[in-house]
Amino acid sequence: MKASVIVFPGSNCDRDAAVALEAVSGIAPALVWHGDSEIPPSDLIVLPGGFSYGDYLRSGAMAAHSPVMREVVSRARAGTPVLGICNGFQILTEAGLLPGVMMRNATLKFICRDVHLRVERNDTAFTRHFTEGEVVRFAIANKDGSYYAKKATLDRLEGEGRVAFRYCDAAGKISDAANPNGSRRNIAGIYNESRTVLGLMPHPERLADPALSGTDGAKMFASLLETLH
Amino acid sequence: MNIAAQADRTAQSITPEIVAEHGLSPEEYKQLVAALGREPSLTELGIFSVMWSEHCSYKSSKVWLKKLPTEGPQVIQGPGENAGVVDLGDGQAAVFKMESHNHPSYIEPYQGAATGVGGIMRDVFTMGARPVANMNALRFGAPDHPKTKHLVAGVVSGIGDYGNCMGVPTVGGETNFDARYNDNILVNAMCVGLVDSGRIFKAAAKGIGHPVVYVGSKTGRDGIHGATMASAEFDEASAEKRPTVQVGDPFTEKLLLEACLELMEEDAIVAIQDMGAAGLTSSSVEMADKGGVGIELELDRVPTREDGMTAYEMMLSESQERMLMILKPGSESIAERVFQKWELDFSVIGYTTDTGRLVVRHRGITEADIPLAALAHAAPLYERPWTKAEPQPLITLEEVPAPNSLLGALECLMGSPHLCSRRWIWEQYDHMVMADTVQRPGGDAAVVRVHGSDKGLAISCDVTPRYCAADPYEGAKQAVAECWRNLTAVGADPLAITDCMNFGNPERPEIMGEFAGAVEGMAEACTALSFPVVSGNVSLYNETNGVSIPPTPSVGGVGLIPDISTMATMALKRPGDVLMLLGTEEGHLGQSLYMQAMLDRSWGAPPPVDLEAERSTGDLVRELIRSADVSAVHDVSDGGLLVAIAEMALAGGHGVVLDALSGPLPAHAAWFGEDQARYVIAAAPDKADAIHKAAAAAKVPLRLLGRVGGDAIVLDGEPPLPLSVLRTAHEGWLPGFMAHG
Repeated sequence: MKASVIVFPGSNCDRDAAVALEAVSGIAPALVWHGDSEIPPSDLIVLPGGFSYGDYLRSGAMAAHSPVMREVVSRARAGTPVLGICNGFQILTEAGLLPGVMMRNATLKFICRDVHLRVERNDTAFTRHFTEGEVVRFAIANKDGSYYAKKATLDRLEGEGRVAFRYCDAAGKISDAANPNGSRRNIAGIYNESRTVLGLMPHPERLADPALSGTDGAKMFASLLETLH
Repeated sequence: MNIAAQADRTAQSITPEIVAEHGLSPEEYKQLVAALGREPSLTELGIFSVMWSEHCSYKSSKVWLKKLPTEGPQVIQGPGENAGVVDLGDGQAAVFKMESHNHPSYIEPYQGAATGVGGIMRDVFTMGARPVANMNALRFGAPDHPKTKHLVAGVVSGIGDYGNCMGVPTVGGETNFDARYNDNILVNAMCVGLVDSGRIFKAAAKGIGHPVVYVGSKTGRDGIHGATMASAEFDEASAEKRPTVQVGDPFTEKLLLEACLELMEEDAIVAIQDMGAAGLTSSSVEMADKGGVGIELELDRVPTREDGMTAYEMMLSESQERMLMILKPGSESIAERVFQKWELDFSVIGYTTDTGRLVVRHRGITEADIPLAALAHAAPLYERPWTKAEPQPLITLEEVPAPNSLLGALECLMGSPHLCSRRWIWEQYDHMVMADTVQRPGGDAAVVRVHGSDKGLAISCDVTPRYCAADPYEGAKQAVAECWRNLTAVGADPLAITDCMNFGNPERPEIMGEFAGAVEGMAEACTALSFPVVSGNVSLYNETNGVSIPPTPSVGGVGLIPDISTMATMALKRPGDVLMLLGTEEGHLGQSLYMQAMLDRSWGAPPPVDLEAERSTGDLVRELIRSADVSAVHDVSDGGLLVAIAEMALAGGHGVVLDALSGPLPAHAAWFGEDQARYVIAAAPDKADAIHKAAAAAKVPLRLLGRVGGDAIVLDGEPPLPLSVLRTAHEGWLPGFMAHG
């Protein structure tokens, strides 16, 4: 699996994503600078977490207009899988590849902690190593992580099976108490129509190593490896 | 117009009032005129005032700081550079330092704390290291003081926003609430970085005719006289000093970090120094002085944020996210390309010279022309008079009343501002970015993996201000010992410390006596534990209207775990494990948290620190951890033995059944006494024999405490305290306080 990780000024999880990808695939991903208009041939494009352009104006807003994003959008439309984590998810919404926006967390504070997620379906390139309804533990670290979309959009996402992950408790129950940031319908991640683009706020790459007190995130990278090998 | 003529013209306008506004005494002004050989221009006066400020010159503390041990086989770089460096083996080294940002954080908590974090990270990456962990030591006033909540919220969010955006994990720290910090909070920020030991960059500007390069943000009018403000005490008018607080931009600092590390891969840099306190002035003076060269600056080339800035303003601005470099001749284009890629300002603003002078030109006028030796070495040095307070006597146990219920007192302590969970704070810090945090906040020490290896760096910040207030000497010893113990408790070999000496007005003999006592205590502990000081700073004048903070010598320690698979944590892991205490039981309740939280009093001497016992007990604990004989380890500190056990139970989600006490001590002294050099360990029953033998061989007392199991703390003769109740109390106080106050 040849992957490219896009590096924006202010990205800070680019290395973490690259390490997690290399750990499953044995191939170091290409790190592609935001100013480049070319992306090498890639089986997967990752938009990593961080604070692209300092999150000035609005999280992800300026990165969505950087030169490399034209190429990311065109590859995504041509079917190349794209994974946006945290700030990467924010950039995907700003670039119009995914619907909705990310609002400030309900607590108005930055939140860094492990969360439980329910895997809504396991028939995508990102999730085939999970079981449907499986409860997994990833980590969140963000201030603008509250997913918001209009009711019609939310209904459509649910109707089309495009909700990827929901915040839940350890037993898999979806509740307000298990929702860390006020996301609509506990949504933590969504797909595009063809389920080749995934954006999610939690970080799978942070719990993908036994030394880091969790390995659920590694299953996402293993899924991608098996699908895209 | 030459400088002498210009100085002549301005000299008439340098009144005693202007001198006083610059924080210089009449005597110091006389020394200035003597060192310069004439009256200064206003710009020169400004330059002298910041270089001779307490903050930059250490004029009150230098004679004492020399007593601290700074050497050891592990030390690559001791005090004197931007940060200290210790060897990690395999060609790797850790670069670290702690620094105060107390005065600005009280006046403007968000920006004050944020720029404190930004400044300390620059100190670390200036040396070529990538920052891998931040920590902080915070002291706030009493919870019921009207400003406390606002200060906590601002400081925590300032620290979080800066570190989070930089992508450097903030892995822990410590927080105290005490009325003696009501008008002078303390914000001490620590940063640890990793570097290849052969690629360490320093600040000495060698070579003549080399370009002096300015990179980073533009210079604005913010922070002018920040160093002078940090060298004076507060009064009612201090809020008016808000414009002297700098404004931080972590995004620019992230770019500056990446650009500097990228350029350091090339063979282009002779010397590099961040523009921190006293900005362009101290960075240029220190680099030139360390390299024994002169420096000439052309201020028209300094990138500025606003028009019409004077030489005075540019030399004294403390605008953030700026660096000064001396480049190898011919390397300008390589450097410019790197900084353009990262969209940062880059300008050659001068050259090194052989004159030994700092010459500053602006708009064709020589604004300053000063012998560097006068700035760097002719600064006043004070042996200030000092008096030591009589240390308080040890108390007798009969003086301290017992609680009605031991477990009731435990619940109360664990839910008090002093011991409650700091989760509300550290969940606002990204403590996992870089994906190497192998021990998260909340344990004895945080541990980050040395990227790409199995080694771990353990980091802890410690001091117990109430001990230091009662006895600065014993308190400072305890701060060093507790830090050493916390690193030991996770299985690390303690390597070295950085210190942040926070005190009141050194012109008062009793404050100087506190400082002297603390330095002596620290020196003794560092020597006994082979735990030298490699960097640090001094923050004096932490007082308002003549009322000082308690002496607060913060210690930040770094240790090395050779293999993180042997790392220990405090969480109890298995029902059935036996719980043991290593160390003596003397029941010292003087200055204990039990006394403070339950009786609302502080008296008596703090617990004495036996450094030999610290060493032998710590070495034993480390040996037990590495031989995998123990399943959990926790040091005994604030709150004593029962609190340590409760913290282990909460961390692991397992209860404990404790044996009845059989010794001569009253129960409350045994359970809440804060005797030093102690650890609680848990182990499988079949390991107990081996542990007994090892303890006997090391001459360390060992007592069986009880067994792990159930979901409560069970103590003979009292109703069990369910963990759920204890957890609610422990987790509840801080969020409740911040939500409702």
